[in-house]
Amino acid sequence: MPILDVQDLKTYYSTLRGSVKAVDGVSFQVDKGEALGLAGESGCGKTTVALSLMRILPTGGEILGGKILFEDKDIVILNERQMKKIRWKSVSIIFQGAMNALNPLFRLGDQITEAILTHEKVSKKAAMKRTKKLLELVGLEPKRTKDYPHELSGGMRQRGLIAMALACNPQLLIADEPGTALDVIVQAQVLSLMEELKRKLNLAMILITHDLSIIADTCDKVAIMYAGKIVECGDVVDIFKKPLHPYTQGLVGAFPSIKAARKRISSIPGLPPDLIDPPTGCRFHPRCSFAKDLCKTEDPLLTKVGKENQFAACHLVSGKLAQQ
Amino acid sequence: MTENTAINVIELKKWFSVRKGFLTTVFSREQLFLRAVDQISFDIKVGEVFGLAGESGSGKTTTGRLLLKLIKPTSGKIYFKGQDITDLSEKELKPLRRKMQIVFQDPYESMNPRMTIRDIVAEGLGTQKIATTEKEMDEKVVDILKDVELVPPEEFLLRYPHELSGGQRQRVAVARAFVLRPEFIVADEPVSMLDVSIRAEILNLMLDFVEKFNVSFLYITHDVALARHMCDRVAIMYLGKIMEMGATESIVYEPLHPYTQALIAAVPVPDPTSKRTRLPVKGEIPSPVNLPPGCRFHTRCPIADENCRQKEPKFIEVGKQHFVACHKVAG
Repeated sequence: MPILDVQDLKTYYSTLRGSVKAVDGVSFQVDKGEALGLAGESGCGKTTVALSLMRILPTGGEILGGKILFEDKDIVILNERQMKKIRWKSVSIIFQGAMNALNPLFRLGDQITEAILTHEKVSKKAAMKRTKKLLELVGLEPKRTKDYPHELSGGMRQRGLIAMALACNPQLLIADEPGTALDVIVQAQVLSLMEELKRKLNLAMILITHDLSIIADTCDKVAIMYAGKIVECGDVVDIFKKPLHPYTQGLVGAFPSIKAARKRISSIPGLPPDLIDPPTGCRFHPRCSFAKDLCKTEDPLLTKVGKENQFAACHLVSGKLAQQ
Repeated sequence: MTENTAINVIELKKWFSVRKGFLTTVFSREQLFLRAVDQISFDIKVGEVFGLAGESGSGKTTTGRLLLKLIKPTSGKIYFKGQDITDLSEKELKPLRRKMQIVFQDPYESMNPRMTIRDIVAEGLGTQKIATTEKEMDEKVVDILKDVELVPPEEFLLRYPHELSGGQRQRVAVARAFVLRPEFIVADEPVSMLDVSIRAEILNLMLDFVEKFNVSFLYITHDVALARHMCDRVAIMYLGKIMEMGATESIVYEPLHPYTQALIAAVPVPDPTSKRTRLPVKGEIPSPVNLPPGCRFHTRCPIADENCRQKEPKFIEVGKQHFVACHKVAG
């Protein structure tokens, strides 16, 4: 049984120009000890999914439909007090931008103990003791509790944030772009740390990134988002070996491997659509080189393709227009 | 130096002096320097795509700006097509500016928000007196906008930068640089702010120009995977020094310097069946103000010994056009 089961989630932002359909009918599951990669370009709604899972949407953002089942309990209908018990203790998040996510005026140790004290009834001393253990777990020296964020390097800050996210033993960890803004070597160090923690603590993980290579490297499953919808999902190996959706194919082609022979990098023509007034039918059709008339009118459903656990939302792959 | 060389750099150095607090100035006379670029030498051939790769703080951007004389070098020589441009005055440089152009990293910050696209692209034409009449300028601007695929150009001429997407803005930046028909282009992380699906279009656009006009191209990037597909030759920089330089193929497949090896091993591969090798390199890049003695990489190097901690390695040619600065490889 999956630990997290998201069903037909819809999160819209109301703005002066109209409502932005940032997440529009997204479903996925994550099992214990499994890492799901959520990939897509900026503005495709991947961060909104994360904020919806934590129920920390900014003003104007609202979950308008669907269910988020965490251990079989729908957390969309919980009130703020009940939600507080879930946050950090069951689901926690590592925010985007390691450089700026810590408060510059407080010592690292105090910021982590604050997270513990907010969610659990323990003494300050016990919380500090646990903080030191956490820092060791993420590969920082315990004496770093006394450091202010500016005394730490980018990689150390990211480790500190990971320690903070793990402070109350969550079962599900969401990481929003954990590698961006870090140099490649440091990024590789941070990613191996996260993999190691996932194994050690049997964590379920959702890794949000625009970088497909990071997902190929660290995740078991992947869901590709485009314009507020999941267009393809399945096993990492299947999707990278045999991407079915034209958008996934384009995205995989846009990530050259350092090991592959030199070639021109391919791209996807056009721009992602405006989510206030998304295109009719398949949202990718204006940029798709295979689009047929049906694609312009009818929205394809995410359907299972082939024997493996691979799902795609494309008329040409799984729907009425699929080739025999 | 042959006729085939567009840019030649000899022992180029740029040290920035570091401002200290009042008390430290009173009690110590020692002047601190940030050694952004510290004695590097390389050349770029005509029509070649040369990559400068490294982590942030390695001095890649400073090098790019030095080559265009946007900042003054502390010492060393820069030759452009055989001409020493190191000590030229602004006035003497002006005719050369047309031949050497730059595309900046951030398309949101590199354009005057109060100028129209037409004026942004045409400004250089006027300054360099390439087009004298407004009509001639308009024609040239329309042509280049077509070349960078901002079509129909009439629709873009009177727009302002904020009305364009990041990718479109970067196309304007490319147009602004190439409208002058330069012979040498510096592109400083031109796509790092753009979305993946748009990235490739901009890079391919620039490569097309490079091939069409036989332009020499300096591509500055932190993304080694992109450099691998863009460049003919690459130089790997670390704390102001070039650690390794050679044909892209040999750097990627047979890296010799332990830093290059770590950098290439750290690049995630978009293939789930190939797992990352464990990284031997620890820690992060040290401050360029307090450089480690000896080889600057020794603090993170898995194979460093006493010699590396004391003596700085020389930059030595170890194979055909393959240079390395490491005691262990060429000691």
